Amino acid sequence: MAVAGEEAIFGDSVITTKLDSAISWARESSMWPYIFGTACCAIEFMSVASSKFDISRFGAEVVRFSPRQADLLIIAGTVSYKQAPILKKIYDQMSEPKWVMSAGACACSGGFYDNYTTMQGVDEIIPVDVYISGCPPRPEAFLEGLMQIQKLQAKPSKYLKKRAKRDFKGRLDV
Amino acid sequence: MFSHCNHKIEYNKTQNNRYIVKLKDIKNAINFLKEEKNYNFLVDIIAIDYLDFKGHKEKRFAIIYLLKDDKFDNLVILKAYLNEDEIIDSITDLYKSANWCEREVWDQYGLIFKNHPNLKRILNHKEFLGHPLRKDYPITKGQLCTKTDDLMDEMTPKLKAKGYEDHDDLMFLNLGPAHPASHGTIRTFVALEGENIVSAVCEIGYLHRGFEKSCENHTYNQIIPYTDRLNYCSAILNNIAFAHTVEGMLGVELPIRGQFIRVIIGELSRIIDHLVSLAANLVDMGALTNYWYLYNPRETAYTLLSKLTGARLTNSYMRIGGMTHDLYDGFEADMKRCLEDVQKGMDDSLSLIEHNRIFQDRAQNIGVMSAIEAINRGWSGPNLRASGVAYDLRVNQPYYHYDSFDFDIVVGSTGDVYDRIMVRFEEIRQSIKIINQAMATLPGGNYKVDDHSIILPDKKNVYNNIEGLMNQFKLVYEGVKVPAKEYYSSIEATNGELGFYIASDGSGTPYRVKVRPPCFYAMASLSDMIEGEMVADAVLDLGSLNIIAGELDR
Repeated sequence: MAVAGEEAIFGDSVITTKLDSAISWARESSMWPYIFGTACCAIEFMSVASSKFDISRFGAEVVRFSPRQADLLIIAGTVSYKQAPILKKIYDQMSEPKWVMSAGACACSGGFYDNYTTMQGVDEIIPVDVYISGCPPRPEAFLEGLMQIQKLQAKPSKYLKKRAKRDFKGRLDV
Repeated sequence: MFSHCNHKIEYNKTQNNRYIVKLKDIKNAINFLKEEKNYNFLVDIIAIDYLDFKGHKEKRFAIIYLLKDDKFDNLVILKAYLNEDEIIDSITDLYKSANWCEREVWDQYGLIFKNHPNLKRILNHKEFLGHPLRKDYPITKGQLCTKTDDLMDEMTPKLKAKGYEDHDDLMFLNLGPAHPASHGTIRTFVALEGENIVSAVCEIGYLHRGFEKSCENHTYNQIIPYTDRLNYCSAILNNIAFAHTVEGMLGVELPIRGQFIRVIIGELSRIIDHLVSLAANLVDMGALTNYWYLYNPRETAYTLLSKLTGARLTNSYMRIGGMTHDLYDGFEADMKRCLEDVQKGMDDSLSLIEHNRIFQDRAQNIGVMSAIEAINRGWSGPNLRASGVAYDLRVNQPYYHYDSFDFDIVVGSTGDVYDRIMVRFEEIRQSIKIINQAMATLPGGNYKVDDHSIILPDKKNVYNNIEGLMNQFKLVYEGVKVPAKEYYSSIEATNGELGFYIASDGSGTPYRVKVRPPCFYAMASLSDMIEGEMVADAVLDLGSLNIIAGELDR
């Protein structure tokens, strides 16, 4: 195959690509998650972060506890009505492009807590990109969810800009 | 019982430790028990709404007090009936632990306490209308919360009492609920002078999941998965506590093999819970390496538990009258390996911290709780033992042949963060000892009770004969029929006395289930404990109490 442009001159030491792909590659290899861990699922996330399952294999071990430094919100656990305004505030504080992973039955749908205090799924208040099943999900499921987010974010910047302006109206948006 | 009391108390003795007292006499009775009979430990305050209870002739509500004496041997249950508009005398001046208990009763049932310092909601949010545990409140009627409580209604009087008229010089800071050191969902609101905490207020309820209301809508065996998610770090111990209580109501006892299996798996749960607690506490201190050393053995235990129960964390292994199935072939070797891993992780971790000056300086004399104060605040388990009180239900009220095992109650001397950490390390060692003894003497035979009104029939009977099929159908559809009575029983869970108070109306669904969560009482003390300390100490205090939000908020 004929090689043209910079690669013809500099050989293997240069790779030419689109700026979008380069940025997306950098982003996918260093997702910074914010763990909104409220309950049992958060204990399973501890397993994901520890040596055996080792989330750093996927570049996502830098767990941030400031939403302003994170681009992936992992909701691991039950979200009650009392907790909901806090979750929304944290989501609002994250900067774009941001991704949301809802881990476990409670975060996805309220799980078997169909009662007066439990929010029936966090997508009632914030948009969710990936849902992970399980009560709690196994660590492998968390990693699978992470890989799906990595795939999702590999989109052209035009799309991401449009996504940032998306119209989502949750129950707490007035 | 009350014959020497100065105030005349009318009472009606129903069983040997249960008394029905007039509402106006409740406080005098409790005061008498505390001052004259040394009932220093308030176990729990429980309310019941008898609206739908068949054949109930008394007033609509009941308030029930559970007290234990200073030897922790005798339990007294006092009960008074009342209507919605009657007012109960608060006992917060007698027991500090009563403060949050009474708030919870008000929050869930709307019963009012006179002279309570701050009777406000605790588990439900500020905007909640009505009282969810009343029988006429529909279970699925959720109410949206739009903003969080600023907690100044609690903070301002506290600061005033300390002589701060205006707050200009103070800085206010929220530790949690979304904070890495808040262990889930606990909010501590502090007023700071520099880095020193002048005053603190704790708010809980962010993980209130309606456990007790859910119980009233499920059969006894369906509740087992809910109990998993109380203290989710040691799910099986919650299963055992619940099953043990219901079996007590049914009057059945497990065959010895079943009891031993419960001891073995229960102690393993205690070990892995302590491992998480210690790992998290040390991470909070900045000692991250300990996390890997202590957490990795938990993975070995997870492998064993998923082989045994099919789940890593929320196992639901127990059933009323036994457990889902017997131990598998090769369990002994797996358990041996698991305990070796735990031992190694613990030794590695201890070698890092035991003689470490930084660790000792950070942990010693921080968050000190005296024995008397701890009892008054309703503490139990490792936290109470760290304060030097040798109270362990496995020894005080031996169940499952715990008295036949050779192990020590671990006690501390000062009741500080250091003691609480070290007590947990030593308890792991004692649990390993118990498991080894139980494995060595594990008897054969059946592991569940032989009673078809409790235990599901074998599958071959279900598929091949009509009796088996009917038996299965009735048990699944209607649940295990538990005789109509009220019953309290508790076991030594990881965090202390985990008790269940169950009121049954004779059907397959409990009429009322109240959990006595050991964390709840420890958490209620945190705000007083951290006052005068620094922010960094507050984080260690919280970690050392091992607050598990699922159990705390239910």
